[in-house]
Amino acid sequence: MLEITINNKKLTVESGITILQAAKTAEIEIPTLCHLEGKTPLGACRVCLVEVEGTANLLASCATPVRNGMNIETNSQKVRHARKTVVELLLSEHKGNCQFCDRSDDCELRELAHKVGIRGERFVVNEEAPALDESTAALIRDSGKCIKCRRCITICNEVQQVGALFPQYRGYETEISPAFARELETVACVQCGQCAAVCPVGAIIEKDHIAGVWAALENPDKHVVVQTAPAIRAALGECFDYEPGTLVTGKMVTALRLLGFDGVFDTNFAADLTIIEEGTELLTRLKKALVDKEDVALPQFSSCSPGWINFTEYYYPDFLPNLSTCKSPQQMFGAVAKTYYAERMGIDPADIIVVSAMPCTAKKFEAERAEMNDSGYQDVDYVLTTRELGRMIQEAGIDFVNLEDDAMDSPLGLSSGAADIFANTGGVMEAALRTVWEIVTGSELPMENLHVKPIMGLEGVKEVAATITGAVPEWSFLEGVEVKLAVAHGLGNAKKLLEKIKAGEAEYHFVEIMTCPGGCIGGGGQPRFTTDAIRMARIGAIYKEDEGKELRKSHLNPEITKIYEDFLKKPLGEKSHHLLHTEYKQKELVM
Amino acid sequence: MSNIATDLRYEVSHPSPTVTSIIPIIDDIVQSFYNTEGALIPVLQSVQNLRGYLPEEALKYISLKLNIPFSEVTGVVTFYSYFSTVPRGEYIVRVCLGTACYVRGGKEVLSAFRDYLGINVGETTQDKLYSLEIGRCFGACGLAPVVMINDDVHQRVKPSKIKELLKSYQGESNE
Ligand code: SF4
Ligand code: SF4
Ligand code: SF4
Ligand code: FES
Repeated sequence: MLEITINNKKLTVESGITILQAAKTAEIEIPTLCHLEGKTPLGACRVCLVEVEGTANLLASCATPVRNGMNIETNSQKVRHARKTVVELLLSEHKGNCQFCDRSDDCELRELAHKVGIRGERFVVNEEAPALDESTAALIRDSGKCIKCRRCITICNEVQQVGALFPQYRGYETEISPAFARELETVACVQCGQCAAVCPVGAIIEKDHIAGVWAALENPDKHVVVQTAPAIRAALGECFDYEPGTLVTGKMVTALRLLGFDGVFDTNFAADLTIIEEGTELLTRLKKALVDKEDVALPQFSSCSPGWINFTEYYYPDFLPNLSTCKSPQQMFGAVAKTYYAERMGIDPADIIVVSAMPCTAKKFEAERAEMNDSGYQDVDYVLTTRELGRMIQEAGIDFVNLEDDAMDSPLGLSSGAADIFANTGGVMEAALRTVWEIVTGSELPMENLHVKPIMGLEGVKEVAATITGAVPEWSFLEGVEVKLAVAHGLGNAKKLLEKIKAGEAEYHFVEIMTCPGGCIGGGGQPRFTTDAIRMARIGAIYKEDEGKELRKSHLNPEITKIYEDFLKKPLGEKSHHLLHTEYKQKELVM
Repeated sequence: MSNIATDLRYEVSHPSPTVTSIIPIIDDIVQSFYNTEGALIPVLQSVQNLRGYLPEEALKYISLKLNIPFSEVTGVVTFYSYFSTVPRGEYIVRVCLGTACYVRGGKEVLSAFRDYLGINVGETTQDKLYSLEIGRCFGACGLAPVVMINDDVHQRVKPSKIKELLKSYQGESNE
């Protein structure tokens, strides 16, 4: 322990922590900008400057460890002046216009400038803003607004281990961008939007689908339906100042009706469908491997997360046969909406517009994949992020907090609790186990409250194994088999797991991967700013939603039974194969 | 083994003649630095020495071989003025614009070269003889302004003398 003084306050703090962390323990706030909690400090922005007695220069508190006897001032005149100048310099490089900016409600730079008392422009640089990078389906990059804080580099390179963004050129010409300051589509970016989630300003944002959705809603000839991903009901409330972890499912449904959607449905329905298809696929693979002794790719990997699909296509093409052929729930929903639902309602699918509300930017990309048109039309037309949906509700003047609760429409609105937990890391695996276990043994998954504890929580890579006992005759070949499962979230963790499998150091039957840290509840399209504490709060809300339902297993969803009876016939059948499954192709890592 | 073999991911998709001919050499270079920390810069230097510059295709290949993201490789290449991604002349003229050289006429020397060679900084003459670049202090500030032509340091360069200076090189290359 060390003795230090901050702003004349004597503190005893652990050694090895930074001045910033020490100040936090005493609830002394030091403004920061480039700093990302839990990540290696960059010291890039110098906003967090403090004065340390006996040191000539001001020091970046986020990157300076405390020393015994340190006497620190966080708010002296010298500090305040320097901090103001630092922010003024950032503003001089920043080509933006708050009135028109996507981030004007939650921009960290705008807030900081206000906080340090800047009310005018001190250094004026008259330069034209560079062109926007709109090359990808998911994101827009505006390097004119970039203040070179490098948070996106940390996320893309360290957390996701993609490395699409790095500083290019030097000095005044530096740009934080893909190779040679070209467009994002020229590098192997997976479009996860984690960079957009951490960017403090409007330099990386999602591609706007709001205008298209409004146009569809205003067109009387179109039947516009919306599907809502499980993760947004645990986060949308944050757009309306609810505490993170507040469930707003009912209000969300009412708001969507008020916006004018003709059908308010649940991606969860398609998640239940996914469990039936993906579970059957797993059992089929296991049978091929264990009984028919066929050469079949194991482990099977989950395929719900489009960033992860991109990652495999770019970086691990050898594992493409391991990916479940199941489309993601979003795409299954679109395909079913424009066939089964259209038939049932007697509506020409050409007149149906499917809108998704997703926690994800990569879902925008996924919806535009050329092969995602098995209904005969583009299966999903528009994808709104949680943030965009929040903005639409605001634009419509809807008083969200005072809305009544409402329930989703039939037939694509009913879902199990197993579908809810698709929103978080470990959830797809748990949902699959609830169903597969029961199919194989005829009895319920023998775990407390149906939860699979070892794969819950934010550990990067999680494992669990279970030995099957009491298999019913049809699945007797699984009797006594120890099923090995693994879960990873965040692509850096996925990479660790893949390398282990590749090296033969670990063997699994089924592996769940989600692109974003924490799973979809931490998606690149969620309200900013997502910390681990907020991830845990959202996950808590999701489990609450699951536990609050009578129906907690996908195969017991009566609407799922019905869609197989009336339409799909059987899992992995011809119709399922055509509408619900897809294939993957290797992509060039350097283009 | 796999590190020695030519990277197939690359060959399949990029059968570019500018690079295919040097792929085996790049493989050897990469091999000699394999598993060393910070292999990127020495690999880039060696490959640039082969061709006089770093063709983009070579950078892509190096990125795959070393398993370093392409954006990181180009980040390094564009950071150091030493590296070039365009073909350069036989003689690289680097005019120092460090503080001392700048105040003692470096800027005038640069514009004299520019006028005489008819190219801008970063460009190469049509005959591929000269490239013009800016340097940041060669450590000979006492004798500013300084110009480097390839590995030779020329001190106290006067704008009026650059024609003569360049002639001495042209002569050499004609021999
Ligand atoms: S990024 Fe922030 S400061 Fe810049 S224009 Fe947008 S809101 Fe304003
Ligand atoms: S979207 Fe994901 S992969 Fe692409 S640049 Fe951003 S963080 Fe990197
Ligand atoms: S794009 Fe955003 S996160 Fe990345 S360096 Fe620029 S301001 Fe920072
Ligand atoms: S927050 Fe410390 S240098 Fe940016």
